[in-house]
Amino acid sequence: MSPSGMALAVICSIVAVGSLVGFLARYHHKMDLEQWTVGGRGFGLVLVWLLMAGEVYTTFTFLGASGWAYSRGAPVLYILGYGPLSCVVSFFIFPPLWEVGRKHKLQTQADFFQARYDSPLLGAFVALVGVVCLIPYLQIQLTGLGLIAEVASFGAIPRTPAMIIGFALVAAFVLVSGVRGVAWVSVIKDFLLLFAAVFVGLAIPRIYFGGIGPMFAALAQAKPDHLVMPGATKSLGHTWFLTTVLMVSLGFYMWPQYFAASFTARSGRVLRRNAVIMPLYTITMPLMFFVGLSAVLVLPGLKNGDLSLLLMVRKTFPAWLLGVIGGAGALTAMVTAAVQLLAGATLYAKNLFRPMLAPGMTDQQVAKVAKIMVLVLTAGAVLLAIYSSVSLVSLFLLGSAGVAQLFPGVVLGLFSRRVTTLGVFAGLATGIVVTLSFMLTGHDPYYGVNAGLIALGCNFGVTGVVSLLTSVRVSGLDEGLPALAVLPSGDGTEAA
Amino acid sequence: MKRPSLGSLLFALIPFVAVCFSVALWDRVYPMVFGIPFNFFWLISWLFLTPLCMWGAYRRETSTTTGSDRQEGGAL
Repeated sequence: MSPSGMALAVICSIVAVGSLVGFLARYHHKMDLEQWTVGGRGFGLVLVWLLMAGEVYTTFTFLGASGWAYSRGAPVLYILGYGPLSCVVSFFIFPPLWEVGRKHKLQTQADFFQARYDSPLLGAFVALVGVVCLIPYLQIQLTGLGLIAEVASFGAIPRTPAMIIGFALVAAFVLVSGVRGVAWVSVIKDFLLLFAAVFVGLAIPRIYFGGIGPMFAALAQAKPDHLVMPGATKSLGHTWFLTTVLMVSLGFYMWPQYFAASFTARSGRVLRRNAVIMPLYTITMPLMFFVGLSAVLVLPGLKNGDLSLLLMVRKTFPAWLLGVIGGAGALTAMVTAAVQLLAGATLYAKNLFRPMLAPGMTDQQVAKVAKIMVLVLTAGAVLLAIYSSVSLVSLFLLGSAGVAQLFPGVVLGLFSRRVTTLGVFAGLATGIVVTLSFMLTGHDPYYGVNAGLIALGCNFGVTGVVSLLTSVRVSGLDEGLPALAVLPSGDGTEAA
Repeated sequence: MKRPSLGSLLFALIPFVAVCFSVALWDRVYPMVFGIPFNFFWLISWLFLTPLCMWGAYRRETSTTTGSDRQEGGAL
C-alpha cells in the first residue's frame, strides 16, 4: 500500500469508529429539544469535563498552536496565558449561571439574556452576534480538516473536496445524535489527541535535536529573537500579550457553545470543580509549541505555518502514524464543529427565528428549524473556508473579540441589580461596532493594544452610563424579569 | 445572585498577576530551567499553580455556604 493510501485508510477508520460511537450514544434517550441541546441537564463531573475539554481544545490546539510557534515564535505563549485564566473566570460565572439556567429552563446563551433582561429583542441580537462569531470558528475546523487530508494524501486529495466530505459527515452526526453523542465521541478524541500530542511533542525534538533542552539551546543560538516577544513579528509585544490574554480569558466562555455547555451539568458544584482542574488540560499546548519550534530549524521557509506539525510528522514517521495523528486531528475538528453547529443552529431557531418570525412555533418545530440551520451553517462555513485564506489564530481572535462583547451583559446580569436592558443593548452594540471598525480597517492590534479589549472597555463604559441614566422597571422585578427573582433583594448589592 | 467572596477573588487574582500583568518581568530566555527558556517554563508552571490557587478559592467559596454544601464540598 502506498504511504498516502495507508495514512488515509487509518484516518478514515478513526473517523468511522468515532462517528459510530456518536450514532450509538443516542440509544436509550428520547431526543426532544432539551435532550438534544443540553443532554437533559444530567451530566456529572466526568462527562462535563470531557465535553468542555473536548470543545475547548480543538483543531486550533493541534495545528494553530504549532503553526504560530513556527511562524510567530514567542507570541504563541498567549495561549498558555488565556488557557488557565479563562478557567478562573468560569469558576465565578458558571455556577450562578447554571442556577439561573435550571430555574428558568434555559438552553442557550440568548435565553439567558432574554430571561434576565426581559427582552426577546435583546435575546435575538445576542443570538445574531453568537451565530456570526461562530462562523470563523467553524471555518477553523474546516480548514483543519482540509489541511489534514491534503498532507496525509501527499496532495492527492485537494483541500476543497476533503472539507465538503468531512462536513457532510459532521452535519449528519449532529442531526442524529445531539449533544450526548458529541460528549462520547469526545472521549475517543481526547485519548487520541493526548496520545498524539505527548508522542509527537516529545519524539520530534528528541529525534532531531536529542531532546527538548537541546532543541531550545539550538534555537536560542540560531534565532534568539524567536523565543521572546514580539518573536518574528513587529506588533505582538508585551502590551499585545497583556491585552489579548485579558480579552480572550474574559470572553472565552462567552462562546455560545461553551456558555451552553454549562447548562449540561448536574449541579453548579460540578462546574466549579471542573474549573479548578481544567487548566491541567492545557498541558498539551506546550508540546505543540515544541513541534512548531523544532520545525523552525528542520523545515525552514514554509509559507503556511499551520502545516508545520503535519509536515514534520510526515517527514519523520511512517505513514500509519501520520494516519493516527491525522485521524486524531480530523476527529477533533469534527467534534468541535459538531458542538459549534449545535449551538449556532439552536440559537438561530430558538432565539432569532421563533421570537422574530414565528412566535407560535412549538418546541418540535423549533428543533426542525434548528436541524435545517445545521445544514445552512455548514454550507456557509464551507464556502468561506474555500474562498478565504486567513491563519487559524487570526480567525480565532476575530471571533473571540466579537463574543467577548457579551461579557458585560452576563457578568452585570448575574451580579448587579442596577444594570438595565437598554444599557446592555447600547453597550453590546458599541462593542460590536468598535470591534468591527478596528478589525475591518486592519487596525488590530492598535498601537500594540488588542482591539477587542478596547471595544470591551467602551462596551463596559456605555453599559454603565446608559444603565445609570435609565431606570430598572420596578414592576418587572417579580414577574417580568424572572432571573431577578433569584437575586437576593435589599441586602446592599445595589451597584452599577 | 450571591457575589463571590473577597477571599476567593484574591485567590483568583494571583494567576492573573502571575500570568498576565507581569509579562514584562518573565518574558526572557535566560535563565533556562530544565533546558526550557524562562518564559516558557514560567507559563507551564502556572498550568499547575493555577489549579492550586483555584482550589483555595473553592475552599473559600464552599466554607461560606450552607452546611449541606460544606459536606458535599468536603468530598472532593
